[in-house]
Amino acid sequence: MDYVINFLAVSLYEGIAYGFVTLGVYITFRVLAFPDLTVDGSFPLGGAVAATLIVGGVNPWWATLAAFIAGICAGLMTSLLNTKLRINALLAGILMMVSLYSINLAIMGRSNVSVLREATVFKQTAQLFGIEPTTTLSVIFMVVLAIVILGIMNWFLRTEFGLALRATGDNEQMVRGLGVSTDITTIIGVSLSNGFVALAGGLIAQKQGFSDVGMGIGMIVMGLASVIIGERLFRPRGVTTILFAVIGGSFVYRLFLGIALRLGLPPNNLKLITALLVIIALAIPYIQKKVRGEWIPPAARM
Amino acid sequence: MSENQSLVKLRKVSKVFLRGSVDEVTALDNVRLDIGAEDFITVIGSNGAGKTTLLNVIAGVYPPEKGGKITINGQDVTRLSEHKRARYVSRVYQNPHIGTAAKMTIEENLSLAMLRGQSRGLRIATNKKRRELFRSVLVPLGLGLEDRLSALVGTLSGGQRQALALVMATISKPSLLLLDEHVATLDPQTNQIVLELSEIIVQKEKMTTIMVTHNMEHALRYGNRLAMMHKGKIIVDIHQKKKSDLSVNDLVVAFERASGERFADDSIMLRNVDS
Repeated sequence: MDYVINFLAVSLYEGIAYGFVTLGVYITFRVLAFPDLTVDGSFPLGGAVAATLIVGGVNPWWATLAAFIAGICAGLMTSLLNTKLRINALLAGILMMVSLYSINLAIMGRSNVSVLREATVFKQTAQLFGIEPTTTLSVIFMVVLAIVILGIMNWFLRTEFGLALRATGDNEQMVRGLGVSTDITTIIGVSLSNGFVALAGGLIAQKQGFSDVGMGIGMIVMGLASVIIGERLFRPRGVTTILFAVIGGSFVYRLFLGIALRLGLPPNNLKLITALLVIIALAIPYIQKKVRGEWIPPAARM
Repeated sequence: MSENQSLVKLRKVSKVFLRGSVDEVTALDNVRLDIGAEDFITVIGSNGAGKTTLLNVIAGVYPPEKGGKITINGQDVTRLSEHKRARYVSRVYQNPHIGTAAKMTIEENLSLAMLRGQSRGLRIATNKKRRELFRSVLVPLGLGLEDRLSALVGTLSGGQRQALALVMATISKPSLLLLDEHVATLDPQTNQIVLELSEIIVQKEKMTTIMVTHNMEHALRYGNRLAMMHKGKIIVDIHQKKKSDLSVNDLVVAFERASGERFADDSIMLRNVDS
């Protein structure tokens, strides 16, 4: 029983931490209809910035905030490449993703940095309450953080500006016609998205005890998988339910992954399994329609 | 009407597409146009006459060729981008999907439209007071949309979406309303409803209006002024007094005289037979 509870608890805090990646992917892919691949670079960027600063003696809270801001800067670059230099969104993301690999190595000075013996936000929270940094504490920490961030996003997406942001992915021409610069909404959306992704990178690095330059590989696919699971499973309608579905999708994805690993799946196959999961999830509606003999629209490029 | 009273002025406005290629098209050819604040102009012309290009340069989708000048309310807007011009100019497109956001609710769409051309801050976009305003502008449509404020716009029919698009274009009372064949894709009955709504709103809010249409009956029935375009030029411009006496046949004669071409060859004729 303890084993099951522990497994659920670990899946929960990992689900929430990676849920911030999912939130970022959701903002770009779904809200803005901007297929941003920066994610694979901004996730390790967050890890690199947080770990390097912590090793350098910076307070882990400031280091985590710095990771968030570094992610915003990465997203800013991608969105500027797209809006100001008119580089295709996919290509802009890929260019930043590749650049970030070198940038992350430069920040860390080597391919990985350990924070096992350093102060982390988890250890400091434990100290604050005078208890041991247990799994339970990590869960509470993550749940509180998720409530704060989802609360802010739930408010933000309902504001006047938030509405313009959401409409940008829905009907860009209308948004411009109503006097909103879609360049501005794209820049803010993509920046914020990568901020959340890098925040997740910073938190995961502190949780697992190290930052690695390769820790971002496949993040975009994992984010997409979680978004799709959340959408299919919780069938959200309206901003609040969507935000919970995003985190919920990430949690369920972690559960699947944990179960697969405990059933003996070699960890090396994880990325392949994740990719297969996304392919299956995306193909199911098509296959269902095909079986029912319904009309199917032509293949989309995005 | 003196020039100073004009709300919109176009001077030497030309637009050439694919310049220098074999497919070069002069969509607008040295157009001069003065639109008074009280004008409701209907614009007719065959496909390729330059009607939509005219609306596009006024709305700022693209600038005219060098040397052209557009002013609105006395302000030179020639180089002003589309979103910066939106404060003065609103538009209803032929396709209802362009004027509304499908994945958002009716009240969210109206909230977006209400702040046309204004800065958008971090206040919650819909509140009780705004919902009351939205209901009050939706009631005159007679479509029952006022009771469905939280319905997704994607669930509405084409006619309902176009009626909503019309309300969204006018809710912030911009100075100039562009109607770009906005009833062309609707069935005859809905078409009539949306047209009449347009007229009611335009009269009530006293908005300056340009309505592009392929339907000569509509061009004659609505508005106080009629412009006919051909090959990028405004070849006929008829004002109120003359317009009220005009028939479709007079328009055909006017077209032939002004363009020096026979009308029957033109696609306008076909469109008119349909309706």
